[in-house]
Amino acid sequence: MGLVVPVTYYLVLSAVLFGLGVVAFLFKRNIITMFMAIELMLNAVNLAFVAFSRMLGQLQGQVYVFFVIVVAAAEAAVGLAIILLIARNRESLNIERVDLLKL
Amino acid sequence: MIILQHLWIIPLLPLLGAAVNGLFGKHWSHRAINAVALGTTGLSFAATLELVREFRHLSADQVPWIQFYFTWIVAGNFRAGFDLQVDQLAIVMLLVVTGVGWIIHIYSIGYMAHQDGYYRFFSFLNLFMFFMLILVLAANYVLLFVGWEGVGLCSYLLIGFYFLKQSAVVAGKKAFIVNRIGDFGFLLGMFLIFWSFGTLDFKPVFDNVVGMPAEGFGQFGLMTGIALLLLGGACGKSAQVPLYVWLPDAMEGPTPVSALIHAATMVAAGVYVVARSHVIFIHAPTAMLVVAMIGAVTALYAATIALTQTDIKRVLAYSTISQLGYMFLACGVGAFAAGIFHLMTHAFFKALLFLAAGSVIHALGGLQELPQMGGLRKKIPWTYWTMLMGTLAIAGAPFFSGFFSKDLILFQSFASPYGGRVLWFLGIATALLTSFYMFRLIFLTFFGKPRYDEHVVHVHESPLNMIAPLVVLALLAVGGGWMAAPALWGGADHFEEYLAPVFESSQALVEQATLGQVHSSLHDVALEHSLMYAAIAVAIVGFLLAWFLYVRRPGISARLADRLRVLYTLLRNKYYVDELYDFAFVRPLNWISTRLLWQTVDARGIDGSVNGLAHVAQRFGQQVRLLQSGNARSYAAWVVLGAAAFTSLLLWMTVR
Repeated sequence: MGLVVPVTYYLVLSAVLFGLGVVAFLFKRNIITMFMAIELMLNAVNLAFVAFSRMLGQLQGQVYVFFVIVVAAAEAAVGLAIILLIARNRESLNIERVDLLKL
Repeated sequence: MIILQHLWIIPLLPLLGAAVNGLFGKHWSHRAINAVALGTTGLSFAATLELVREFRHLSADQVPWIQFYFTWIVAGNFRAGFDLQVDQLAIVMLLVVTGVGWIIHIYSIGYMAHQDGYYRFFSFLNLFMFFMLILVLAANYVLLFVGWEGVGLCSYLLIGFYFLKQSAVVAGKKAFIVNRIGDFGFLLGMFLIFWSFGTLDFKPVFDNVVGMPAEGFGQFGLMTGIALLLLGGACGKSAQVPLYVWLPDAMEGPTPVSALIHAATMVAAGVYVVARSHVIFIHAPTAMLVVAMIGAVTALYAATIALTQTDIKRVLAYSTISQLGYMFLACGVGAFAAGIFHLMTHAFFKALLFLAAGSVIHALGGLQELPQMGGLRKKIPWTYWTMLMGTLAIAGAPFFSGFFSKDLILFQSFASPYGGRVLWFLGIATALLTSFYMFRLIFLTFFGKPRYDEHVVHVHESPLNMIAPLVVLALLAVGGGWMAAPALWGGADHFEEYLAPVFESSQALVEQATLGQVHSSLHDVALEHSLMYAAIAVAIVGFLLAWFLYVRRPGISARLADRLRVLYTLLRNKYYVDELYDFAFVRPLNWISTRLLWQTVDARGIDGSVNGLAHVAQRFGQQVRLLQSGNARSYAAWVVLGAAAFTSLLLWMTVR
């Protein structure tokens, strides 16, 4: 087996990626960018799943990853359609201008 | 044996009539409604007559004849069934209720002919008959209470029959509420019986009581408790002091209702209950004295008020209260048979008087005030003669029905071991007043010059279907007493003999109490004679007084009233008892309900707490809604914060 990268590394990388996604989502104003931040977070989670799957020698983790990828694809389709409509109506991609859904 | 097997036929026929008329009668002709109402009650009367015939063939140990139809309530070891029972007492009551009831139904056809709600009237009247028959036939206290409350309901409905008239509505409510006060006592009495004996069926309860020793005089034991609580209910229903106030107001109802419910039958239900529970009462001498005192005081008290009333129906209402007092007096001195006898004769002559009064009112086109009547003797002779018969009967003219029954009560109240001179004196004073106010009524109505406006009122004799019932009742009022005429007068005492099996158990105790006395006067014939002459004498004195004041010297009564202004005003205003009750009970209750329960507890407390909670929620929501800014990034920030908080909590818990 020799030298193996310990699972902690993967988890730290996953946490860092997730944190970057969160920060990007919170601080970016462009909707496309925020969308990409969501993808980043999803993939960070995928990484953690795969790492644990490998560590425990079980397949469930990898199955979940496929689910996540499928859901992410669906989400991208719906999300991009919404973004397209927003861009058409508002002629802008600034999230600050999309705040009508409130009391 | 058909009716004996199927006793339920008797009460259910009127119920059928009530249902048919009440549900379908609205658009029917008067003829159809009459056919249903009179047919069902008439059949019920016929069934009662057949029952009497069949009942004679029963042997003594088959009485009371009890029929179990179905079990109505079961709870633990408590059972109440739809059980009907017949004994001699029930027979007498059945005959009075169905017989007099049917006659009054006939009269109502004429009296109500031009009134709205014709079908409603007969439906209620039939419903009343049903409940009254249930009350009389019930074989346990629970079923009796059903009838008891049912007649109260019908009384309420019929007092408020003219429901567009404010005073009628108020009177109906008053009757209902005052009766509820008495019923409270009745219910408690029932609970106490069940608590002590584990059943509410008459036979086991009374069999139990017979085996127990009688309580001493002045002792306040179980029997006294039960008896006094039942008496509370009886006082409400039978309009005795202090719960009599509803009966005079009940005259707001149509006159046949006053005759049937508020004179002949329903108000006698209290007397019936006392007589039915005679075993319990006789075992509680303290309660007996209370019954007798209430009866005697009510009799005299109501008679004094009747002296000055000017509304013809109100005079009769107070007279009814007074006569009911006699019945209570009789029961209180242990002369239950005499009480029931007076109940029967009273049903005859008081129904007659009310119906005759109705005929007078009918003749005068709705006029009820005595000072506006006068001189009607020649114009409505049938009404005059029948009413005179009723008056002679109630005043105690010799050989009329009221004479025998009243005389029996007066004698018993003097001679019975439970009686005494005071009770007798109250009774004889009442007899004097009764004779006076009844002849006052006759003289003011039928004698002298007409005081109504002859151009406006066209006096006319009532139609045949009103006169015929009057004549029948007049015959009963005159002759009804002979069935109980004491041996003294050549009679055979049939009535007391007939009822003897019912009151056997308590009569034994009366005899026992009599034996204890040094000088027993219960069988003293000379005493009976002299008391009878006294009663006749006061009746004549009352008549002469009334004649002198209202016929011979008509002006003198006004001067007398002027001279005794304080007394007159007091009596005229019914001792201000209504005002006293208003001040003592109605106003405080109103105040408590309005100020305390409504304006404080409800409006401030309950509404306040509910509104307060809503207000808090609203204020909180107003603050919280600021969180929903519409800015997607702030929502994300909240999610992150929540996730972070939750993760730290988990971490903190694992580390610890």
